[in-house]
Amino acid sequence: MSDKTDLGFTPNEMMTIAASRALKSDDVCFVGIGAPSAACNVARLTHAPDITLIYESGTIGTAPDVLPLSIGDGELCETAVTTVAVPEMFRYWLQGGRISIGFLGAAQLDKFGNINTTVIGDYAHPKTRLPGGGGAPEIATSSRQVYITMAQSKRGMVEKIDFFTSFGHGDGGDHRQRLGIDTAGPTLLITDLAIWKPDPATKEFTVVSLHPGVSREQVQDTCGWTVKFAQALDETPAPTELELKTLRDLQARTKAAHQGTAKGKAA
Amino acid sequence: MVKFLPLKEAVAENLHDGDTVAFEGFTHLIPTAAAHEAIRQGFRDLTLVRMTPDLIYDQMIGMGMAKKVVFSYVGNPGVGLLRRARDAIENGFPQAIEVEEHSHAGMANAYEAGAAGLPCAVFRGYRGAGLAAVNPNIRSVTCPFTGEALAAVPSIRPDVTFIHAQKADRKGNVLVEGIIGIQKEAVLAAKRAVVTVEEVVDNFDDLHPNLTVLPNWTIATISVVPGGSHPSYTHGYYERDNAAYLEWDEIAADRERFQAWIRKNVIESSADDFAGRVEHLRKAA
Repeated sequence: MSDKTDLGFTPNEMMTIAASRALKSDDVCFVGIGAPSAACNVARLTHAPDITLIYESGTIGTAPDVLPLSIGDGELCETAVTTVAVPEMFRYWLQGGRISIGFLGAAQLDKFGNINTTVIGDYAHPKTRLPGGGGAPEIATSSRQVYITMAQSKRGMVEKIDFFTSFGHGDGGDHRQRLGIDTAGPTLLITDLAIWKPDPATKEFTVVSLHPGVSREQVQDTCGWTVKFAQALDETPAPTELELKTLRDLQARTKAAHQGTAKGKAA
Repeated sequence: MVKFLPLKEAVAENLHDGDTVAFEGFTHLIPTAAAHEAIRQGFRDLTLVRMTPDLIYDQMIGMGMAKKVVFSYVGNPGVGLLRRARDAIENGFPQAIEVEEHSHAGMANAYEAGAAGLPCAVFRGYRGAGLAAVNPNIRSVTCPFTGEALAAVPSIRPDVTFIHAQKADRKGNVLVEGIIGIQKEAVLAAKRAVVTVEEVVDNFDDLHPNLTVLPNWTIATISVVPGGSHPSYTHGYYERDNAAYLEWDEIAADRERFQAWIRKNVIESSADDFAGRVEHLRKAA
């Protein structure tokens, strides 16, 4: 895998920046924590200054100077246009159809964009109990579109997920419509190696663009299902200096801020 | 009428073995001091309700106080997993617990229905979600006007709700601001509510008329506990102790280290210790 010394950026940086490019200034984006949060804020600080970022703690139109550790950090509220109660967030704003993009991460993902963040193994007797869905089950069905971002691994990208935390395209095809879900679902997957889009008919995620220096073999070797590639494969443009600087500055500010409270105090 | 009591008495008067109890606060204003007082008093067989169990329920589950936990996100926000809760669910340690799992939308709607005095909440949710298959309390109703199938969950009606808030006035009205989460609904849904506050002020005369204020007749008991939400935070008073959340991941990973931490920081401590824990997190004015 390419590292920073080869290309001047890491695969994770490429992932975050490629994800940020997918967002527009007029998007209203429900932001998952972790990789989605970094991408959304890079977008806001570069090409999409007017994007509305919403976190499930109720903060609407937030513009944090550092990335929040949790979805409810004070920074999100202090920089928001308004902060609403959690039931209002889910009822009026998400269920009400006001979110254009739901941006999610995943512990386990299948080729139809179904996400598991609940358990590894059997639900009643899990091998690993993961945090669960939080807001994601309804973000996945009430946002007009869903973007997913995650680093590739055979453990993470699997043929069959252990639990349907958030419904993507189910078994593919028109499965969403058959369940009465009228939103588009996952329309974009950005990994550390490639950009994927669902096939218009089968809804299986297909690689449409490889990040610079990435081979088809690398994509296949880090994915648990047989990968389909588009006939005309693009190469993702490398990060610009501005994008890289924006991301790195944001991460440096974030690191400093979160370490700032470390004084060895008892919790 | 609302009573001002020391936290020890407030908890003893309002919480009982076997209760269904909610300690709410969505990342912000988590009532940690009240949860620690409950740990010191050693309650048993509790049904613990909370959208994000967070550190406090990890601690109460780890101390064997929970019969059942009702939740929608059992993680350490921004850090990872809750290791005491995992140990209970995966290994039955220190005892097996019953799990009722929802989404945030499901819990938020269920609290709101509880506050509204309704038997259940109706919303557009759980479509295609695996939770609907494993949680028998997630059901479906058909809209009588449009025929749309909607999710239904029973309302949440705790015996007692604990929250932390910025301040009370001398009459016992309570102000909550910042990320207000689900606290108002959780208080109004409960049979009785206990609020810990940072301070008591003479009155709320100069405040904006639309701030979230819980009238004193909706609250049973108020305790003044400065720093009482640490390592969560209180907007306008002190910041979230993110380092403590990171540190918790290591403490909770080890059963003995967890017990030692609880002994030192909970059993052998008191509500008065919270003020000192947030000293370094107060913003320079």
